Amino acid sequence: MPNLNDILIMLPEFYLVVAACLLLLLDAFMKSTERPMLHWISIAVLLVGIYLVIAGQPAQTVTAFGGMFVRDRVAEILKVFALLTTAIVFVYARPYLIDRKLVNGEFYTLMIFAVIGIMLLVSAGSLVTVYLGLELLSLSSYALVALNRDARLPSEAAIKYFVLGALASGMLLYGMSMVYGASGMGGTPTLDLAQLHHVTSYTTAPKLLLFGLIFMIVGIGFKLGAAPFHMWIPDVYQGAPTPVTAFIASGSKLAAFGMAYRLLDAGMGDLAHQWQLMLAVLAVLSLAIGNLVAIVQTNLKRLLAYSTISHMGYLLLGLSAASPEGYAAAMFYAICYALMSVAAFGVILALARSGFECEEISDLKGLNQKSPWLAFLMMLAMFSLAGVPPLVGFWAKVLVLESAIHANMLWLSLVGVVFAIIGLYYYLHVVKVVYFDKPAEGSVLAAKPDGSLRIVLSLNALALLALGLFWGPLLGWCRSAFGL
Amino acid sequence: MFTHLLSLLIWLPVAGAIPVLLAGSKRPNLARWLSLIVAVLTFVVSLFLLVQYQPDAGGMQLVENYLWIPSWGVHYGLAADGISVALILMTTFVSILVIVGAWEVIQDKPHQYMAAMLVLEGLLIGVFCATDALLFYALFEAILIPMFILIGIWGGPRRVYATLKFFIYTFFGSVFMLIALLYLYQKAGTFDLATLAALPLTMKEQTWIFFAFLIAFAIKVPMVPVHTWLPDAHVEAPTGGSVVLAAVMLKVGTYGFLRFILPITPDAGAHYAWLVIVLSLVAIVYIGYVALVQEDMKKLVAYSSIAHMGFVTLGIFIAFLLMRDPASVDMAKLGMQGAMIQMISHGFVSGAMFSCIGVMYDRMHTRQIKDYGGVINVMPWFGFFYVLFAMANCGLPGTSGFVGEFMVILASFSANPWIALFAAFTLIIGAAYTLWMVKRVLWGDITNPHVAEMKEINGRETFVLIAFAAAVLALGIWPQPLVHLMDTSVSHLVQQLAIHKI
Repeated sequence: MPNLNDILIMLPEFYLVVAACLLLLLDAFMKSTERPMLHWISIAVLLVGIYLVIAGQPAQTVTAFGGMFVRDRVAEILKVFALLTTAIVFVYARPYLIDRKLVNGEFYTLMIFAVIGIMLLVSAGSLVTVYLGLELLSLSSYALVALNRDARLPSEAAIKYFVLGALASGMLLYGMSMVYGASGMGGTPTLDLAQLHHVTSYTTAPKLLLFGLIFMIVGIGFKLGAAPFHMWIPDVYQGAPTPVTAFIASGSKLAAFGMAYRLLDAGMGDLAHQWQLMLAVLAVLSLAIGNLVAIVQTNLKRLLAYSTISHMGYLLLGLSAASPEGYAAAMFYAICYALMSVAAFGVILALARSGFECEEISDLKGLNQKSPWLAFLMMLAMFSLAGVPPLVGFWAKVLVLESAIHANMLWLSLVGVVFAIIGLYYYLHVVKVVYFDKPAEGSVLAAKPDGSLRIVLSLNALALLALGLFWGPLLGWCRSAFGL
Repeated sequence: MFTHLLSLLIWLPVAGAIPVLLAGSKRPNLARWLSLIVAVLTFVVSLFLLVQYQPDAGGMQLVENYLWIPSWGVHYGLAADGISVALILMTTFVSILVIVGAWEVIQDKPHQYMAAMLVLEGLLIGVFCATDALLFYALFEAILIPMFILIGIWGGPRRVYATLKFFIYTFFGSVFMLIALLYLYQKAGTFDLATLAALPLTMKEQTWIFFAFLIAFAIKVPMVPVHTWLPDAHVEAPTGGSVVLAAVMLKVGTYGFLRFILPITPDAGAHYAWLVIVLSLVAIVYIGYVALVQEDMKKLVAYSSIAHMGFVTLGIFIAFLLMRDPASVDMAKLGMQGAMIQMISHGFVSGAMFSCIGVMYDRMHTRQIKDYGGVINVMPWFGFFYVLFAMANCGLPGTSGFVGEFMVILASFSANPWIALFAAFTLIIGAAYTLWMVKRVLWGDITNPHVAEMKEINGRETFVLIAFAAAVLALGIWPQPLVHLMDTSVSHLVQQLAIHKI
């Protein structure tokens, strides 16, 4: 029987489940004219969630439900930023949803359920919790992609996402079953990640364990969107409603990092020498495919999709170091990436209006003439993604490169910088379109008058600059999570 | 007196850019005046460097050192020696002239132009006084952003190509330097330049690090064969952009040689000095010939910049050769000193040349030499300045161009007369391409009817050219104060060459 203490440890998650259910009820009994209220209520729900995560943080790592759920600093930091970026996405989404008459409870409840999935995933102490969190996040995401169900492109994207996602889940589950089996050979079978850590020392089936690991890495690679498991990313990014894309590109990536960390370090830490090289290969492939294919994209959302793939390559650089420094660097990277990409999508959302998605790169022509402030914010986001100082994206890259060198993988860091040069081109291309091109004839570019969006977007993009100048505290926080 | 003089110099223009931006496109004159006030204020503050910096004491002075990133041991470390002081003063001086020069020339979004210039100024000052390698690197890269915008928005017809090439080229070089710095950080546990200078490194390590640094800084200088971005960037950049690029940004490359290659990899530097010397001579001789055939004035001056910067790299690396013989330490110092003076002198001369071309371009909207001819008939005062700067560009005694080149040639003669012979070639080729351009542009009869309509320089332009002329002549006639300012710092640099780190 779960005791009160277990529930208290999981209070933020329980609170969000209750809140999401209440939101659904509220939605059902609300008049359609009152619906926009849901927006503010949902943001408040997430902000209270952040408060609960921070306020209830125990002094040291605690576990609940017999080790199924771990509450430590890694989880805390990831949860705070997942909730924060989702709240930002809500703010950005409002005018977009109103224009397209999509304002209803489904969007908000599904998003909150997805966030609960993220929170479970990053707090997972057992293979079952990993799978549970992952499925909650994934199923909510599938539905979110298909939110605009009458349109062809989103439906296509959702089907693709679902089919490939199901396949990846299957792979992951298959791998988990092998690991579970291997743990039972020569000992008691276990799903607990902390106990799985020691399986290598006694199992009589090391090959089975290794096979399980490989299948689990496929699942992780899919969730991260690392090449060669990246196929779904471009279509889903382009097809999904832009706010949903923003969410998949930000909060969801934090979850993927959390999942990789839990499975690989907590669960399979003893096999680090095995998975290090696998991750390095994934990193090189992601860097190559992401950066090279992005060059030829004309659709901004698709471009950002390939950019995601390349950024996951950098994140993997940090993970493959398999050291606390490397994890801290990768977590710093994941957080910075979430903030950068959500800012880039924020600019798209600030410009989109009914009948105009603003998702072609050429749609941004002459933005500096029409709205210099938005152009400036877009420039900050692009230079940060490209990794040009003094923006925070640069320091994130420096950190993962350093951790790769630290792990005696100088070659990997060289691959990383070479692709940073190639990647620079397409980010500069966007800046070029925004700043150097003249507005097209009859261009309808104009900033949305939505006040909250403007303020939050400005804060979001300026945070990239501010964090670039003062990245010490965030790094210190990330490092403290790994005991540094 | 100022306790945080260097920080003030960096952040004053950067912070000053914010009100300039806020002035907006609706109030262009407010933006212009604000930016001028900020630039003049920065220049006035930078004059305090001369008061507070003690040239005879030597070493790094005006030190500011704060822990920036505790967990990584990165410092916000600033300090200046004589070379930094000279370069910072040149930066603040040129920045005023650039802002005055752009006054009514830039009609499209002048507030953004001025703000970008001010940010650029602040970042460049930061590069010249950073003592933490990572801080240096961040500033070194960050200067690309305002320059990218300057060329891209206000540049000529092929501006997008030029600015992308400029950005990617420079970025390409510097990432390898980043890897080298991270490697050094692994060994030393800090990015502090003084500590890195004392770090023992094997020859193999030094070689790799040397080449990583070399590619970063050689692109910036630029040296042959990685100079190809410069003519494009110069031709397409607006006048102000060209002036800052030639006068200040190229010096970032040679400054990097002094701060990184000399102290961190002295043995590899000595081993591969011949390579840099050969490349410098190629720049001086071959690029001189390339300049000769240019039909575009800006391109001609851009190539002549590459040739002149060849003297700076030659002067720095000839010192390595001379240090092999203990008897010629004084000569090594002379070469180094010549390189430093050439850096400052080239800043003024090339800035002045580009300003002159800008003056003509504003009237004719062409940079082709063949479109001109007989300009002296309609613009006699302008002609006076143009000839003066052309003479300085050829290295005529009495102008600043002569001093540095002469010292470098003298030093290289004692190292190897053949090197001096090739280096001295510049006196002929430099005169040839510059004077031939002057002949075709200024002298002769007016053949193009548009030239006849050109108006004499106005007060604003006269101010800019007089300021440049004063600097060029002052350095040429009485270089002693500048030599004295940098003397102990140069001695210190030369001593560093003799330290073996293996």
